[in-house]
Amino acid sequence: MRITSLAALEELRQKILSTRDPRRPCITLCSGSACLASGSGAVAAGMEEEIRKQGLSGVVELRKTGCHGFCERGPIIVIHPEEIGYLQIGPMDVPEIISQTIKEKKVVDRLLYTDPAGKQKIVHEPEIPFYKHQERLVFGSNGSIDPKSIEDYIAIGGYSALAKALCQMTPVEVLDEVKKSNLRGRGGGGFPTGRKWEESRRAPGEIKYVIVNADEGDPGAYMDRSLLEGNPHSVLEGLIIGAYTVGANEGYIYVRQEYPLAVENVNIAIEQAGAYGLLGSNILGSGFDFKIMVHQGAGAFVCGESSALMTALEGRAGEPRPKYIHTAVKGLWDKPSVLNNVETWATVPLIINKGAEWFTQIGTEKSKGTKIFSLVGKIAHTGLVEVPMGMSLRDIIYRIGGGIPGGKRFKAVQTGGPSGGCLPEGLLDLPVGFDELTQAGSMMGSGGMIVMDEDTCMVDVARYFLDFLTDESCGKCVPCREGIRQMLKILTRITEGKGREGDIELLEELSEVAGEASLCALGRSAPNPFLSTLKYFKAEYEAHIREKRCPALSCKELIIYHIDPEKCQACMICARKCPVQAIDGGKNRIHVIAQDKCTKCGTCLEVCPSRFRAVKKISGMPVPPPLPEEARMIVREGGKKGSV
Amino acid sequence: MNLERIDQIIDKHHGEASSLIQVLLDVQAENHWLPQEALERVAERLQVPKTRIRHIATFYKAFSLTPKGRHEIHVCMGTACHVRGAGRVLSAVQDQIGIHPGETDLDLKFSLETVNCLGCCALGPVVEINGQTHGKMAPTQTAEVLKKYE
Repeated sequence: MRITSLAALEELRQKILSTRDPRRPCITLCSGSACLASGSGAVAAGMEEEIRKQGLSGVVELRKTGCHGFCERGPIIVIHPEEIGYLQIGPMDVPEIISQTIKEKKVVDRLLYTDPAGKQKIVHEPEIPFYKHQERLVFGSNGSIDPKSIEDYIAIGGYSALAKALCQMTPVEVLDEVKKSNLRGRGGGGFPTGRKWEESRRAPGEIKYVIVNADEGDPGAYMDRSLLEGNPHSVLEGLIIGAYTVGANEGYIYVRQEYPLAVENVNIAIEQAGAYGLLGSNILGSGFDFKIMVHQGAGAFVCGESSALMTALEGRAGEPRPKYIHTAVKGLWDKPSVLNNVETWATVPLIINKGAEWFTQIGTEKSKGTKIFSLVGKIAHTGLVEVPMGMSLRDIIYRIGGGIPGGKRFKAVQTGGPSGGCLPEGLLDLPVGFDELTQAGSMMGSGGMIVMDEDTCMVDVARYFLDFLTDESCGKCVPCREGIRQMLKILTRITEGKGREGDIELLEELSEVAGEASLCALGRSAPNPFLSTLKYFKAEYEAHIREKRCPALSCKELIIYHIDPEKCQACMICARKCPVQAIDGGKNRIHVIAQDKCTKCGTCLEVCPSRFRAVKKISGMPVPPPLPEEARMIVREGGKKGSV
Repeated sequence: MNLERIDQIIDKHHGEASSLIQVLLDVQAENHWLPQEALERVAERLQVPKTRIRHIATFYKAFSLTPKGRHEIHVCMGTACHVRGAGRVLSAVQDQIGIHPGETDLDLKFSLETVNCLGCCALGPVVEINGQTHGKMAPTQTAEVLKKYE
């Protein structure tokens, strides 16, 4: 059925809502990639079966939604209308959930979130601290709709912004609203979206394009994936509004082939939108035509850069070009092309619906609205969080993220992916915004936020990112191709204990050249991981170079594993697990690691029972001399240890 | 892979040169690597020089010009996995199957690759085998997981 007017869309919405009883129990099961990996598929099958078995078909609805965000505790279900949240459920829990919670209205205590501090159980999902302090404007619908159902999206008010824009506003009015909102690009640079649109709109030419950048390549970031998987229609709606504004009749979605579920869901969404006449010719009777093509990226980080992405869309190797002329004027097939990130497009319908004035009330002076971050690494509550711009790093990491697990100490937070930097503890009160992060030597990027604790070596982090970038540099320009490679060589040398005096200065020099002379942002920002770690953690570099010591006890070549004879209980667990038989010791004989055989795999440390904690890492010191053979025997009296 | 199937893939993409990457991705997905005959057919049908196909097949990470093993192992080296010890997981896998990233063993049983982020950061370190995700891996668990694949 094609919808041909604003009124018809409203009519359809009312019709869908009239078939839905808000009091009817509905179980929303997270079926995002992370939860699927934790076994959400088996839970879904079990649930369908159990609902049928207990005679509840038609009484209770099971809805497989996109990512809820709290990926650490997946699979997650929420039971509506009460909003009871159960975490980490398995197929075995299903019969109890159905019989207790759905039938008897009783809460199953053991599946609830437990507050680590107070040991208090929290029943309702929105009250879990992880969710409570967020402001989920863009990401919020993910947990309540089935991404494969356009009706679900329409039911929550979907496509009303599109109808408003197409039927009640001129393209110039839409553009003014977006400009007034001060929306800035969520993909990295933070360029004002309205200005980009205007540039394209004014550019000469009949044919123009709008493109969704879903080539989310930053390691440690997956919010675009979850948004595209969980709420693809919101991205389409934003894209169609953008196309109407700049005057484009064709759009592309460039999505990584590593995200098969996103590709699948977005293709379904395009088909459904087309069937309702929300895509295709004469959309909503406005006379505006628009179609969308999906292009899968074949795996190249540099294709996230605008000119490289457009080259890839043309079917060529995705290498960037100099951008004296913006891609907004001369982009895909040399036509004006607007490229925005997934999250940016998904924010547009909100602005059109609620107005720029509403939007500008959220956030800081220069960074408006909310931003989704992927809060990962050494953090208690890993997952996707959406917060208003301007929230401090401390609030995000401690109030929402629950701090550092295992009683470890916070060391740094890395933002902005390979182009960003690491911020130390002293900057935890920094408000998160585009300019604030850039001034501190990092950047917003697409929203990766990787938390690091005392066990993370900052020199190794810099080496890690340069290794990544060396691999991903397209090789077109020399400063990037050769500069980054040389930087990696030096950093690797330092982490291996072969660092020399002058290495830091040499790295700084290389950074300057790569930063100034590279063709695209990949090369220009490549030195950032090094420069920011040097700025805040210079002592670690010096310890590696001068003392051949890794303070975080992380660099393999600079550490040795050692068994503390005072603590070893000669239990033989490590000796048995050692893959290279480097541990000498038998029953009641204190174990010793043969350093010449040890491959430093860390297995012994991992398997040593936590009540002994006998295996230690040592750096910058010689290996303590082994005990004389006669002192190694343990004589146990009454279960206690004593040496002969 | 027979040429008929390649023709079908090309037809699905309307034989347009701009669809070159999409065509190659489909061939790769079905055949797990790009044999010479396939590339020649694509070049001929899409009217694209072989040098350009070669450029694309070596530029993008998704493509392989050599046969792959029955089981494809991807060890995620994304930042979140890295700080949680992905490097040690990779070493353990390497030791167990005796090959390095980018290689395939002689029995064509395993191929090993590292990837820069699978987008399952909450579950790191992650190892993906034949598309199935194994999360929260420790070096000592890898042997147990690999044993399941014959």
